[in-house]
Amino acid sequence: MHLALFLIFAAVALAGAANLLLQKHPINAALSLIVVMSSLAVLYLLLGAEFLAIAQIIVYAGAIMVLFTFVIMLLNEGVEEKTHGSRVAKLLGFPAVTVFLALIASIILSSETHLGKVIIGESITTTQDLSAVLFRDLLLPFEITSVLILIAILGAVALARKDEQ
Amino acid sequence: MIPSSWYLILSAVLFTMGVAGFLIKRSLITVFMSIELMLNAVNLSFVTFAHDWHAVKGQIFVFFVMMVAAAEAAVGLAIIIAIFRTRQTLNVDQIDLMKF
Amino acid sequence: MSIWLFLLLSLVKAVLVTIVFLMGVAYTVLLERKLVGRIQNRWGPNRVGPFGLLQPLVDGAKSFLKEDMIPSGVYKPLYLLAPLISLGCALLSIAVVPFGGPMTWHGMRIFAISDINFGLLFLLGVTSVGVYGIALAGWSSNNKYSLLGSMRSSAQMVSYELALGLSLVGVVLRTGSLRLSDIVSMQTVHGIASWNIFGGGQFFAFFIYLIAAFAETNRSPFDLVEAESELTGGYNTEYSSMKFAMFFMAEYGNMITVGCVATMLFLGGWSSPLGDLIPPPQNIIIQALVPLFWFVAKVFCFLFLYIWVRGTLPRFRYDQLMSFGWKYLLPLAMLNIVGTSLWLAIRP
Repeated sequence: MHLALFLIFAAVALAGAANLLLQKHPINAALSLIVVMSSLAVLYLLLGAEFLAIAQIIVYAGAIMVLFTFVIMLLNEGVEEKTHGSRVAKLLGFPAVTVFLALIASIILSSETHLGKVIIGESITTTQDLSAVLFRDLLLPFEITSVLILIAILGAVALARKDEQ
Repeated sequence: MIPSSWYLILSAVLFTMGVAGFLIKRSLITVFMSIELMLNAVNLSFVTFAHDWHAVKGQIFVFFVMMVAAAEAAVGLAIIIAIFRTRQTLNVDQIDLMKF
Repeated sequence: MSIWLFLLLSLVKAVLVTIVFLMGVAYTVLLERKLVGRIQNRWGPNRVGPFGLLQPLVDGAKSFLKEDMIPSGVYKPLYLLAPLISLGCALLSIAVVPFGGPMTWHGMRIFAISDINFGLLFLLGVTSVGVYGIALAGWSSNNKYSLLGSMRSSAQMVSYELALGLSLVGVVLRTGSLRLSDIVSMQTVHGIASWNIFGGGQFFAFFIYLIAAFAETNRSPFDLVEAESELTGGYNTEYSSMKFAMFFMAEYGNMITVGCVATMLFLGGWSSPLGDLIPPPQNIIIQALVPLFWFVAKVFCFLFLYIWVRGTLPRFRYDQLMSFGWKYLLPLAMLNIVGTSLWLAIRP
């Protein structure tokens, strides 16, 4: 059961990410990114992180990507064109990225003996557990993040508004 | 029951795809979305490690990454709108000059 | 319990609930047409079947048999995807609603498809994803009326989602759980006096939720999305036949879901308004059906209120809508959270 769920949603996530690379129109790329995020939410559930799974849907799929789709619709810039830069990036980028992946994978596989196994429902972090740590031990970082978000809102409004002569 | 390393490998593959997208994509918005893909991939490995070591703080870190990603998306998209307004294009090859 | 029995039972429950939900949607449309007709001093549909009761079936057959037009200018993949997203999100949210008493069979609740730890958050998550259906429909139609309507409605849904979510926090604080069945069973003991709206002190929260829910489902007096005099039909202008019907069903499905949430969170869910004053009946079937009856009756009252408001109030202006949401509703919802937490902290 666990294996089947993992394989299905890992495959969906990988397909979505591949589609993000292949699609020419930004809105298709945005939708495939939403697919990746939703399947990651299911994987979080398998790992016992309930709150994060649903926060992933609400914050990423429901807020951040809505912002992306809005901007894509607003600018309506159309499909991207191929340029000299993209050919250079493909020629140099793909080998470099493959080497990078091989490096990370070899590190993970070599330290596999230190890693545990994931058993479904074995250690579930409830919202209560999470909030106890968040609001007792890490209250200051939490408050600082809220200030950061406030600054980001102000910055976004200041940047996006039209100049008034 | 499956080994944690599978989740980590998946996270690594997604991260690499994000890097690849960042390099080969020419539309500024898609480049930005590749960054979000990388953040998501890193979040997956955070959650895996949190599960492995029974550490709730690993999940809290993901929570903070989400909040910072939200702030980053708001400011980043505002910058994208401002760039599009002055240059009428989002092709990264044509907006590589700081001054115009 | 074996995994196959679990899968089979879940499938049976899901199919049954979906069918009942869709029938409910169809008859909500009829209820609205009848009621608005009476409010406007006319009869409403009364030709097909006794009292017009077969009207929804005929309407369904009509929209199913109509020619399926796809305008030439649309961006086809998203144009086809958008109604599916809308209807899918509307149907998905019923999955976590416990609509009957806590009876179990082989360890599974009978009157709920699934009873998960974070049911309330799941509902909010599904609503936040539902925005895509409308946004993509408007954009992919390649029509200025559709785009304006969808921009209006997505902005409206994103803004009012905040007030909607925050108005529910008071209830969650009081219960200490996000599981919907816990929230309901907290309100069962003393009948109407222990419902969150009265006994729980969430009176203002209920009204904030009510207003935000009207805006969230794009219903009158916040139905700027389909303001006929300015926008033709809004985001679904370019849609016809079954695809239009899917948007239509999604709208009424969302109405029912919002009614279910209000019932569960503020009006005591499936519990009887008299509480434990009446001893539970001996017959097991009646014991199972009475909570179901109360739940449906409460949702029906909520839907009645929805339609009554539609027949009574005129439409808001767009700037009024936005400033009301951000300047009044959101601060009030936050005040409610502060008040509820103070009350819970001071109370012994």
